[in-house]
Amino acid sequence: MAQPLVVKKDDDLDEEEYYSPFLGIEKGAVLQEARVFHDPQLDARRCCQVITKLLYLLNQGDTFTKVEATEVFFATTKLFQSKDAGLRRMVYLMIKELSPSADEVIIVTSSLMKDMNSKTDMYRANAIRVLCRIIDSTLLTQIERYLKQAIVDKNPVVASAALVSGIYLLQTSPEVVKRWSNEVQEAVQSRAALVQFHALALLHQIRQNDRLAVSKLVTSLTRGSVRSPLAQCLLIRYTSQVIRESSMNSQGGDRPFFDFLESCLRNKAEMVILEAARAITELNGVTSRELTPAITVLQLFLSSSKPVLRFAAVRTLNKVASTHPLAVTNCNIDMESLISDQNRSIATLAITTLLKTGNESSVDRLMKQMTNFMSDIADEFKIVVVEAIRSLCLKFPLKYRSLMNFLSNILREEGGFEYKKAIVDSIIILIRDIPDAKESGLFHLCEFIEDCEFTYLSTQILHFLGNEGPKTSDPSKYIRYIYNRVILENATVRASAVSTLAKFGALVDSLKPRIFVLLRRCLFDGDDEVRDRATLYLKLLGGEATVGETEKDVNEFLFGSFDIPLVNLETSLRNYEPSEAPFDISSVSLETKSQPLAEKKTTGKKPTGPASALSGPVPTVDASYEKLLSSIPEFAGFGKLFKSSAPVELTEAETEYSVNVVKHIYDGHVVLQYNCTNTIPEQLLEEVVVFVDASEADEFSEVATKSLRSLPYDSPGQTFVAFEKLEGVLATGKFSNILKFIVKEVDPSTGEADDDGVEDEYQLEDLEITSADYMLKVGVSNFRNAWESMDPESERVDEYGLGARESLAEAVSAVIGILGMQPCEGTDVVPSNSRSHTCLLSGVFIGNVKVLVRLSFGLSGPKEVAMKLAVRSDDPEISDKIHEIVANG
Amino acid sequence: MESCPSVKNILLLDSEGKRVAVKYYTDDWPTLSAKLAFEKSVFVKTQKATAGAEAEIVMFDGHIVVYKFIQDLHFFVTGGEEENELILASVLQGFTDAVDIILRNNVDKRTALENLDLILLCLDEIVDGGIVLETEGSVIAEKVSAHGIEGATSLAEQTIVQALTTAREHLTKSLLM
Repeated sequence: MAQPLVVKKDDDLDEEEYYSPFLGIEKGAVLQEARVFHDPQLDARRCCQVITKLLYLLNQGDTFTKVEATEVFFATTKLFQSKDAGLRRMVYLMIKELSPSADEVIIVTSSLMKDMNSKTDMYRANAIRVLCRIIDSTLLTQIERYLKQAIVDKNPVVASAALVSGIYLLQTSPEVVKRWSNEVQEAVQSRAALVQFHALALLHQIRQNDRLAVSKLVTSLTRGSVRSPLAQCLLIRYTSQVIRESSMNSQGGDRPFFDFLESCLRNKAEMVILEAARAITELNGVTSRELTPAITVLQLFLSSSKPVLRFAAVRTLNKVASTHPLAVTNCNIDMESLISDQNRSIATLAITTLLKTGNESSVDRLMKQMTNFMSDIADEFKIVVVEAIRSLCLKFPLKYRSLMNFLSNILREEGGFEYKKAIVDSIIILIRDIPDAKESGLFHLCEFIEDCEFTYLSTQILHFLGNEGPKTSDPSKYIRYIYNRVILENATVRASAVSTLAKFGALVDSLKPRIFVLLRRCLFDGDDEVRDRATLYLKLLGGEATVGETEKDVNEFLFGSFDIPLVNLETSLRNYEPSEAPFDISSVSLETKSQPLAEKKTTGKKPTGPASALSGPVPTVDASYEKLLSSIPEFAGFGKLFKSSAPVELTEAETEYSVNVVKHIYDGHVVLQYNCTNTIPEQLLEEVVVFVDASEADEFSEVATKSLRSLPYDSPGQTFVAFEKLEGVLATGKFSNILKFIVKEVDPSTGEADDDGVEDEYQLEDLEITSADYMLKVGVSNFRNAWESMDPESERVDEYGLGARESLAEAVSAVIGILGMQPCEGTDVVPSNSRSHTCLLSGVFIGNVKVLVRLSFGLSGPKEVAMKLAVRSDDPEISDKIHEIVANG
Repeated sequence: MESCPSVKNILLLDSEGKRVAVKYYTDDWPTLSAKLAFEKSVFVKTQKATAGAEAEIVMFDGHIVVYKFIQDLHFFVTGGEEENELILASVLQGFTDAVDIILRNNVDKRTALENLDLILLCLDEIVDGGIVLETEGSVIAEKVSAHGIEGATSLAEQTIVQALTTAREHLTKSLLM
């Protein structure tokens, strides 16, 4: 319909700039123009234009300096003299944009307060919104009276303005806003739709910490006096909150308020229907009977003409499909038609939902439909699809042929690194889990590296090929692909290919002579690393190497897992000083430092796999601890440091002295390192020492104390206390700590301390040494292999009742906490709604004893958790000890 | 989910992805460069779409964006991942309707820039601090034009004239179709 206009636009593309009223606009000039604000005879129209220009500049991202902003602000305040309504609106907008400082606010307060009491509704409403944005709490008490009036104002715009401002002010001055609840309550009954919405939002925020009040609010409102769709949506959200909280306390019976949610499914407004349907699908432990009506309305939405509605419906169904696939199958036909939806977000959601709900018979048909689909969606969508296919394949292993084919087809198409990596990872997982898929999967990967532009993926595949290829029925057919890499690729890939060749040589005797020939050719490679590897492998395989004399050692060297975290190795190597003594790799700490969880949450919602614990720049302090401790003569004789804990805070944040402690565990000793910081500039502390009362820890006896000579302001220092304990005894106990010191006054101007000091002490929090302190968190890459390689004789199995627990997840994390071991393969995450869970843990116990634990949790009774604990370790005695720990924990 | 429905930003970009008017209500994009980067990715991700009469939708980086194109103007409303899409869509609808009325059916970049003051007032009247103030386009437009700079014509008159123009246009359109 708009055809002619569009054509015109294209024609004068060059002239378009000409039309912009802001062409060539420049901040300095506009600020000059703003002088018209000072004119005795104000030209309202011109002032408006200047404000618009200023706002345009701000909107384009320009900023004013402090001086400029102040100047503009003062000039703008002059404009309150004008009676022009349009100009006044722009003045409001300008003041909000400038967000003046407290002392500037005072200048406009009286003008704005005058407007707040104006007869013109528009002035009242806007003045309230502006004033509340810029005001501080002292001024707020002055205008509080007017705001309370405004909340119950006859004009809905004024009331809404006051209510919305109330929501904003609640963050800064909650105590003031809470006094308004009577007025707000009255506003909830308003006839104006939006006033009701804003009042409800504010009322709930005022009362949100009072469960009973929220529950009452919901009870009274669900009886039906809420008309506005937005308010209705809010009420649904509050209702589901109440349902969630009440179901925690009482079990069984009908769900309260479910009737209300269900009735909302018949609301006129689509946004209310959607909100209710979503609320129902997200109920804790929702039953299929409860789901049915919600699914039915969502199904209707699927065939809507509005993309937003289709999207909302398919997105909700997609989530439901993860937990209740059967409930969604009714919608499958509607969803299949969405695969060709113009909106690719909708299409992708439809596909992944179908993959979740699909059954074995529909797989082939789905794959056919998807082949066309994949070519025209963005990479990020493709990754979602690839992941869905992977889980489908694991669900229906018999269908691996068509799914694997699909994956290999898309592997050949164009795509970015993340996408290709997702495909390669999926194929590797399928090869691992579905034995039948191995040969074809490896073949697809070989084809892929023939023409792969990503070094990372090539090396990953070559490594995998080296481990799996030799075990196939005809290993020789892979050699060609691998050697091609040596000829054609960059140095990194070539080096990796050499290692892969060596693995084939080590495992397949019949190939050995041919491998030798190929490796010898690599000796002439242009790259050092490639030549070095070839030389090393030739010697190893030829049996003339010094690293390993026996065949077993060669294999161990080639295939053994490298379980030292690379960051730790790196720090150890950096600290190594060239000397007679060779670097000892066994001295490197095996402990993985896990990153603070909070950081991860912000970066994305990716599941924390076992691999991610190793990645990232993790600051490791272990090596520096070791250095520090061995430099203290008192502790030098304690032997090798087994483990250093993370610092435990012994003081609250922001106290005079901040102290945390690190527990260093040795075979027969424990050293407590107290890190102290003095946060008072006027004080100097001397002879700082921690007095430890170990009366509740009778297995420990204090052997040494190292005090801190002086602790000036803001420069941290350490004091130590060492304890002796019996070797091999799992000593635990509680220590109470008192910080003792001599305090001297410091003159802040000169920084000089008084000569006389006063003795003083400061109570710190208690510290505990638990059995988890004797365990190092060390992950294994393949738990099953590691488990099977351990002596079954060392296995100890027992069952425990854990009593009533809040949830399965809570029980799992409690046991992990008691043992202090590293969860493997992401098994520390318990899917919601599951009734049972298996958790795999690994660690190294003091005395360097490797320990693996398999925990099976199950729910018996409503909240009763039962657990089966199976332990394997290098030492059967330690297996018993693990059981002891759990039994006591 | 207990929280109030909230809008993270409203964007009005031109056909090259440049700003006409934008308003951010949350701190999700603390710096100017973060804001511009978001605008760029929104623009690129929606470029291929043919947003016709109905609002379109896209989800990325934990945001839901509903959008609509009118002539050379691209309208966007962004909300959080958990937000009710239809609430965002109603905000978008209110915005485009209001702009349509304010610009008297001449919705394009040039007219929008010439009436930028009205567009900014319009943004101010739709959402305050992320909370939806009003979603009815005609109400928003009335609030804005009540203070229109062309104060010469009275409001009532103006709206009636406008209504007539709109009606006439719609009639012609439907006849032509």
